[in-house]
Amino acid sequence: MAENKDEKMIDIYVMGRMYRVPEGLTIMTALEYAGYKYVRGCGCRGGFCGACSTVFRTKNEYKLRMDLACQTAVEDGMFLVQLPFVPAVRTVFQIDKVDPEEHDNILLEHYPEIARCVSCNTCTKACPQDIEVMDYVQAALRGDIDRTAKLSFDCIQCGLCSIRCPADIKHYHLAQEARRIKGRYIDIHSQQLAHRIGELHDGVYEEKMKEYVSMKKEDIKKVYDKREFHKEG
Amino acid sequence: MTDGYPRYMRESIEKLESTREERAKTTFERMPASESDELLKKYHPDYREEGKREIRVGASKGEKAPLELLRLLEAPSLIDPADIDLGQVDYDLDLLIIGGGGAGTVAALWAIGEGISPENILIATKLRHGDSNSMMAQGGIQAADKVEDSPVQHYLDAMGGGHYTNVPELLEALTMDAPRLIRWHEELGILYDRDTDSEFIELPGGGTSRYRMHSSGDYTGMELMRVIRDEARNQDVPVLEFAPAVELLTDDHGSVTGALIMNLETNEYYVVRARSTVLATGGFGRLHVQSYPTSNHYGATGDGLIMGYRAGVPLRDMDSVQYHPTGAAYPDQVLGLLVTEKVRSIGAQPINVDGEMFVNPLEPRDVEAAAFIRECYGRDKGIETPTGMKGVWLDSPLIDVIKGEGTVARNLPAMVRQYKRFNIDMTIDPILVFPTLHYQNGGLAIDAQGATPVSGLFACGEVTGGVHGKNRLMGNSLLDFNVFGRRVGISAAKHASKAAPGKLTLNHVNSYQKALEDAGVDTKERSPLLIPEYRGKKVLERHLDIGVFL
Repeated sequence: MAENKDEKMIDIYVMGRMYRVPEGLTIMTALEYAGYKYVRGCGCRGGFCGACSTVFRTKNEYKLRMDLACQTAVEDGMFLVQLPFVPAVRTVFQIDKVDPEEHDNILLEHYPEIARCVSCNTCTKACPQDIEVMDYVQAALRGDIDRTAKLSFDCIQCGLCSIRCPADIKHYHLAQEARRIKGRYIDIHSQQLAHRIGELHDGVYEEKMKEYVSMKKEDIKKVYDKREFHKEG
Repeated sequence: MTDGYPRYMRESIEKLESTREERAKTTFERMPASESDELLKKYHPDYREEGKREIRVGASKGEKAPLELLRLLEAPSLIDPADIDLGQVDYDLDLLIIGGGGAGTVAALWAIGEGISPENILIATKLRHGDSNSMMAQGGIQAADKVEDSPVQHYLDAMGGGHYTNVPELLEALTMDAPRLIRWHEELGILYDRDTDSEFIELPGGGTSRYRMHSSGDYTGMELMRVIRDEARNQDVPVLEFAPAVELLTDDHGSVTGALIMNLETNEYYVVRARSTVLATGGFGRLHVQSYPTSNHYGATGDGLIMGYRAGVPLRDMDSVQYHPTGAAYPDQVLGLLVTEKVRSIGAQPINVDGEMFVNPLEPRDVEAAAFIRECYGRDKGIETPTGMKGVWLDSPLIDVIKGEGTVARNLPAMVRQYKRFNIDMTIDPILVFPTLHYQNGGLAIDAQGATPVSGLFACGEVTGGVHGKNRLMGNSLLDFNVFGRRVGISAAKHASKAAPGKLTLNHVNSYQKALEDAGVDTKERSPLLIPEYRGKKVLERHLDIGVFL
């Protein structure tokens, strides 16, 4: 990270202790600049894994905010603490036994606490991915698995929703099950894929593959260089 | 208008905007092989001889590897075997899987399918279950299932893209198994983008001659990883988190019989005996080869390469590293993060400082990356950032011009979100990109069943070499961990069902140490690295190791 002379320094408070760090760093790189070496609280560093949930408030602000340390820039006067683990319970299920046609409301069966949702929208406000969390919980309550799956698709499972929820709902586990049910039972599976698997079963491509596998480099290069590109899918 | 760019960069953006309409109707010709060969030699980092040298010890002595890897490969172990009591076995297993990313988790599931009971399996992983490059892959997964496509065509594309250095039998496995793995995903409930007939929406990637890439928005890797992990949780696969392996264990004949793992929070070691051991530790982007930024996960420090090599597994194609053409070059906070290839697949063009096209958007990755480097440093047509980094534009708003308003927002939610956090709206403004260290093309040698030449040891995923040769095509890494995770799960389970529990020694660590001394290697390094170092210089200068927490 750049440490040039003219960079502007700001003060941040990590669990109350002040550190002076260059402006423009993310919370994650600022903590490292200050001397922290992560074991927990750091994962993909790119906003995909939910390892670096951070609770903070900014200067002159009374509200607590939540975001990912790797995707949030530090601000002068920021107070912060990281939340690397969420002890939320998850319901074990068997994917071949959750056909929504055979259940009244499978999500409600597995996560009955969603009935306690008071629509306070705290989960939605806590979400670093801007997901309409409360809306998908309400959809789940109505048995609308498709909508629950769609609305929750961008979930990185950081668990901030569940930490904040006054009704102790396990939003991100519920949503994971909804998406799997949609993928398995609601989306119609590909016909062309089924056809190709049939062909593979019948050994349709084996001879040609054998020919390519045993080709010398110069020969397969000739075939490659003459490839035709399909313009459209 | 967004305010994420300084004024002088805006001037270049205006030039880009002035050519957009014309460019929307134009495609830049693909490069003939003669030109791309020369371009690679002159500009691709792999071809810089000063970036690598020959390995001095071990099974691949004499082959070339990057200096950053050699620093660790040619270093003594983190542990002194004399300190370790191997008499007390903490875990006695059929199957130890080292690494809880995509490859390791898929292997666990297929080993169960092969009859191994979950309680006789352990996934030991350095960070959390699922923390891996698998989680971060955005673009998609290749599988030839369309009528105009075939596994043979897929093979051809990947073989040419890999410059004919792929191991044919491994590539055959990759391409022939692909459709079956997508079918498995449908059964697990993985969501793929589908059209109104519920067929997969498939896209082209760099170097592919067919539309073959299946995706889930730009969260494809995350969708695969979270579902596969969810299934492992349903099947009660035991996972030990924050518990990396630090060395393998071997018997008197050199067969692998388990591993020594470490609790990263208490610094205590555990002795694991296993009939089969799987290395699924991923790649080495966090070694920052040739000082490149990386798109990789925090844990991608090449630990499995080190441990496997010490136990006698040869390395292959370590001299080639994949630099993804489009890493974020601006703003600084996202430097090196991946901008998925899908951005180009759906129509964005790379553009220089003067608003001109200079390369076809979908050349194979190494060629595309080399063209970007040439544009910035050979032709001086790059755009310089306020911190002195150079990059080229990726004209993302062009996508909406070609494919209709809303396409970017719909297809690239993760990318749009990432830039929005830093005041850049990529649906309105282009984004600045430069190659980033993305993938370890080479790795541990395996056969088509994922067995290494060392008995009892298997490997799958990015830690292995041979599948992709010296250059991987887009969409083949998610496929790799599925195909070879499955094959390894099955073959390691079969091996475990006939192997007797082995004797546990660290003899190979001692022999390797002796080989280092004989070769005159003198170093202060210890390996594997486990956690990369990013602490501030000032702090490290004043750092005292007084052992309060030891």
